[in-house]
Amino acid sequence: MKAAPFAYAKPGSLREAFALLERHGDRAKLLAGGQSLIAALNMRLATPSILVDLTAIPGIDGIQLRGDHLAIGALVRHREIERSELVAKHAPLLSQAAPHIAHVAIRNAGTIGGSLAMADPAAEWPACCVALEAHIVAASPKGERRIPATKFFKSLFTTALAPREIITAVEVPVAGANTRSAFLELVRRRGDYAIVGLAAHTQLERGALTRLRLVYLGVGDAPVSAAGAMEKLEGKRATPEAIAAAQAALEQDLSPAADLTHSAATKLHLARVLLGRALAALVT
Amino acid sequence: MNDRTRPDLLAPRAEKPGAPADARTATGYIGLSVPRAGARRLLQGRGTYTDDLKLPRLAHVVFFRSPYAHARIRKLDLTTAARQPGVIAAFDGRAIAEYCTPWVGVLAHLKGIKSPPQHAVAIERACWQGEAVAAIVAESRAQGEDALAHVEAEWEELPVVTDMEDALSNRSVIHPELGDNICFKRDFVTEGFEDAFAKADLVVEETYSFGRHTGVTLEGRAILADYNAGEHSLTVYQATQAPHMMQDIFSRHLNIPEANVRVICKDVGGSYGIKVHVYPDEMATAAISVMLRRPVKFLADRLESFLTDIHAREHKAKVRLACTKDGKIIGFDLDDLTGIGPYSVYPRTSGIEGNQVVNLTGGPYAHKNYRARLNVVFTNKNVTCQYRAVGHPIAVAITEGIVDLAAQKLGIDPAEFRRRNLIADDAYPYTFPSGLKFEQLSHHQCLDKLLALMDYQGLRAEQKRLREKKIYRGIGLAAMIEVTNPSPAFYGVGGARISAQDGATVRLEPTGMVTCLVSVTEQGQGTEGIFQQICATAVGVSIDKVRVITGDTGTTPYGGGTWASRGAGIGGEALLQAGKALRANILELAAAALSIDKNALDVSTDAVCDKATGETKMPLAEVGRIGYFRPDTLPLKFQAELTVTRHYTPREYGFTFTNGIQASYVELDTDTGFVKLLKHWVVEDCGTVINPMLVDEQIRGGVVQGIGGAMLEECLYSPEGQLLNGSLADYLVPMSGDTPDIEIAHVCTPTRQSELGAKGVGEAGTAGAPGAVMNAINDALAPLGARVNVQPFTPERILRALGKV
Ligand SMILES: Cc1cc2nc3c(=O)[nH]c(=O)nc-3n(C[C@H](O)[C@H](O)[C@H](O)COP(=O)(O)OP(=O)(O)OC[C@H]3O[C@@H](n4cnc5c(N)ncnc54)[C@H](O)[C@@H]3O)c2cc1C
Repeated sequence: MKAAPFAYAKPGSLREAFALLERHGDRAKLLAGGQSLIAALNMRLATPSILVDLTAIPGIDGIQLRGDHLAIGALVRHREIERSELVAKHAPLLSQAAPHIAHVAIRNAGTIGGSLAMADPAAEWPACCVALEAHIVAASPKGERRIPATKFFKSLFTTALAPREIITAVEVPVAGANTRSAFLELVRRRGDYAIVGLAAHTQLERGALTRLRLVYLGVGDAPVSAAGAMEKLEGKRATPEAIAAAQAALEQDLSPAADLTHSAATKLHLARVLLGRALAALVT
Repeated sequence: MNDRTRPDLLAPRAEKPGAPADARTATGYIGLSVPRAGARRLLQGRGTYTDDLKLPRLAHVVFFRSPYAHARIRKLDLTTAARQPGVIAAFDGRAIAEYCTPWVGVLAHLKGIKSPPQHAVAIERACWQGEAVAAIVAESRAQGEDALAHVEAEWEELPVVTDMEDALSNRSVIHPELGDNICFKRDFVTEGFEDAFAKADLVVEETYSFGRHTGVTLEGRAILADYNAGEHSLTVYQATQAPHMMQDIFSRHLNIPEANVRVICKDVGGSYGIKVHVYPDEMATAAISVMLRRPVKFLADRLESFLTDIHAREHKAKVRLACTKDGKIIGFDLDDLTGIGPYSVYPRTSGIEGNQVVNLTGGPYAHKNYRARLNVVFTNKNVTCQYRAVGHPIAVAITEGIVDLAAQKLGIDPAEFRRRNLIADDAYPYTFPSGLKFEQLSHHQCLDKLLALMDYQGLRAEQKRLREKKIYRGIGLAAMIEVTNPSPAFYGVGGARISAQDGATVRLEPTGMVTCLVSVTEQGQGTEGIFQQICATAVGVSIDKVRVITGDTGTTPYGGGTWASRGAGIGGEALLQAGKALRANILELAAAALSIDKNALDVSTDAVCDKATGETKMPLAEVGRIGYFRPDTLPLKFQAELTVTRHYTPREYGFTFTNGIQASYVELDTDTGFVKLLKHWVVEDCGTVINPMLVDEQIRGGVVQGIGGAMLEECLYSPEGQLLNGSLADYLVPMSGDTPDIEIAHVCTPTRQSELGAKGVGEAGTAGAPGAVMNAINDALAPLGARVNVQPFTPERILRALGKV
């Protein structure tokens, strides 16, 4: 398991990074925390001729509160998010999800930008960003654009990023007084990618679920919003009947593929179980 | 201050070797949890694994492996690959076969076992995905891997047999020259069996399946072969459990005189049976070293490990148990099927695991009737062979599963049912219906101890209370017997050139230190540590005076190495006897030097002393000084013998059986099918406990590997014979965070076959854990009318049993 030969560059600015991408085109690959890319290189699943290391670029790290949103730099490590008081206060869903990502050693290295760019359908950040209706900030020589997370994840390992775009940050709307969130996932071992996971987010108005977002991970080739279930519950209290109706609606919302050890039917069943548990968590 | 002037930075001062951590004098170290010798070195990163070795002109070999499970090689063109940067040579199977003869993995005592000749690198046909069909030798591993992309191969796919029952049907025969797919078959029945089953009040039947899994070693397989044309000699550095076995094999298959082959086993990062077999790629590496007359290294990387390290334990076993209505077991009936891949592995064969299942099923119980049928079949998957606890996890799980089912049917508590049926502690020596002989076991003592340790009654009450709250917990028991300290009955009688004896040499050094060389090997389990304890005790020195050397056919006595839980019981006894003989020789010398009757002397506290008063007569350093430098001061006829070698083989019994019992406590999430392992208990009788800490950690590690098989680990193959989860991302091994606390207690029944009295313990945890976990899960499922019997117990399987999906 040795990577095929590649060159390595560590640009000191976005401009330099763009120049490298311009020069090497498809043969270049961006490197952030390396926690997905290096394994792919060693297994020769990826054979770029040059790695462009983003970690020395200033201005794309750090977590800041900017008015109505929290700006999380692309280079922010999973572990920083897990430990951030700003995140706990303003985007608790992310604090809830962070401990589910791999193990501490990996969370110390892996970045949110890398995770979003990777777009693994079983990963935590993409589902959370969709549930929070976050925006992904992407930069290119032409400038910057803000892509709604709901439009960002196209399919398996595929995003709305243009070939030479770099994620610089993700912007998450800050939570209000009535915001409730829950993150649940099922794994055989702590730290594994989810069999099924659910990022749930709502504004609780006098016990009623409003602006409810239910976004699943691990059940499709991208994060999946459970539209039918959300509709069944919107504006309602989480009564047993409402929950049952939403669980039934998942049949239409989700069409999970079987994985190595779980059939599609089992995944759907587990998604229903998680829905019940998430709703219980949201209203207590 | 300028940093350059700071002497501590210029020359960092090494920590001086301090006072020994344990300078206690030698009243004996047997039974003490002495921290093991090698641990500090390994923790400081100063271990030397095979991959750490770098020799001048070292070349690296990589293998081009079959992408198909069964295919004929239509074309194999290595010319472009051979021209890639850094490539030294490229060979196909025919080229290597000129230097390395093929082998056949059969043994005479497994009557009728058959397997085709196997080459180091396949010729004409590949029989499993991952079988090597070409070797590329390069200046670096990376360059070799680069060149692999340039191998041009064309294949003709052949019919693939992956399912064991399909193999048994002989629909498609993998090796037509053998006639059928049956590698080995055994039928066994005791007299009066049919009659006994016909008369039974109750016969319960169940079929159990076990997923194929493998022993994931931290260090992958590793070999560095260094052929020296100047003396027609081969030095092989290898991560192996059995250096002398490998010496013999390299000698015979590469046609180099045995004495010219030296196998050296540096630090080894875990073996579990994985590193006791002959691997084609390792044989090819040695052959290539001869061909190129230079050192060649091969390491199996993690992806290759999953494709080529032996797998194990793919079984489907139908079991029946007959008993009376008052709960007395009358007999067992077994029909076991196991699939072993396309070759029986050399030289231990792939028939042993199934054979063990036949030997051991029903083992703890006092019944007289037994019938067993075993079919060992070829398939187009990776080969299987002996992995930690060989056959035991299967035999224990099916025995204990069916025992619980019978107890449930009769409405008898499972602990009580066992108490009624376990062989009585005073019934020994005892001959089991399958023919095995037990010297002395302690099932009832172990059961009593376990029930007290886990507070069985209390747990049952808690379980009942929680069930009312819809919390489903289960308690599972698994009694077991275990094969340890095997005599030649295991391999030697079948013609395998595998030593059942071990040897130890002990040498008093001039300063009074003791060096011992033992033929058992260290795989990271702490064997060298217990050898220090045994040697210090036997000679009468403090433990810091003892140095242990293992793993080198050029220096240690001849012996078997590490497998079948034999290191402590066999190698340890040889060392004990050698140490005692050295002690006697030391006394002879001291007596001669001091002109005192040797019977009045003893060795203690690193000195010869007066036996009665303990008064020091002569430090061992003085014995060494006189023995080596001033023998002229001794009586004229006296010759000092300060180096002694002794050997040991168990003779009276084929195996030194041990016994034990385990319990598991689990909680079931009936919505998700997830099982949480809450706690695990083990009571084990391994005879003399030399180092309680090491014994307990061996048991814990073993239990975790057993839990892995029961809950997580399975090598999954597609119908086309493609391994679907050949990396650590998809092949799940248990991790510490998900592992329950494991509480351990002991009953000690030393074997009378040796003075040391030690039985083996390395495999006990693995043997019993899957059965205990399975029974606990089924106990939790029982009130819901569900049962599972296919390992590993995935959420999918549990949800299906519950009818939820
Ligand atoms: C054992 C293990 C377990 C894991 N378990 C989980 C898990 O449970 N959940 C989970 O979500 N993840 C898991 N991961 C993956 C981990 O979270 C990675 O850190 C993450 O997927 C990628 O982030 P990275 O910074 O390491 O990116 P890298 O590996 O450096 O890059 C990943 C990809 O993103 C691209 N990229 C990186 N940064 C940018 C950017 N700013 N703009 C555009 N493209 C970019 C790279 O070119 C590359 O294609 C696991 C990893 C390991 C090794």
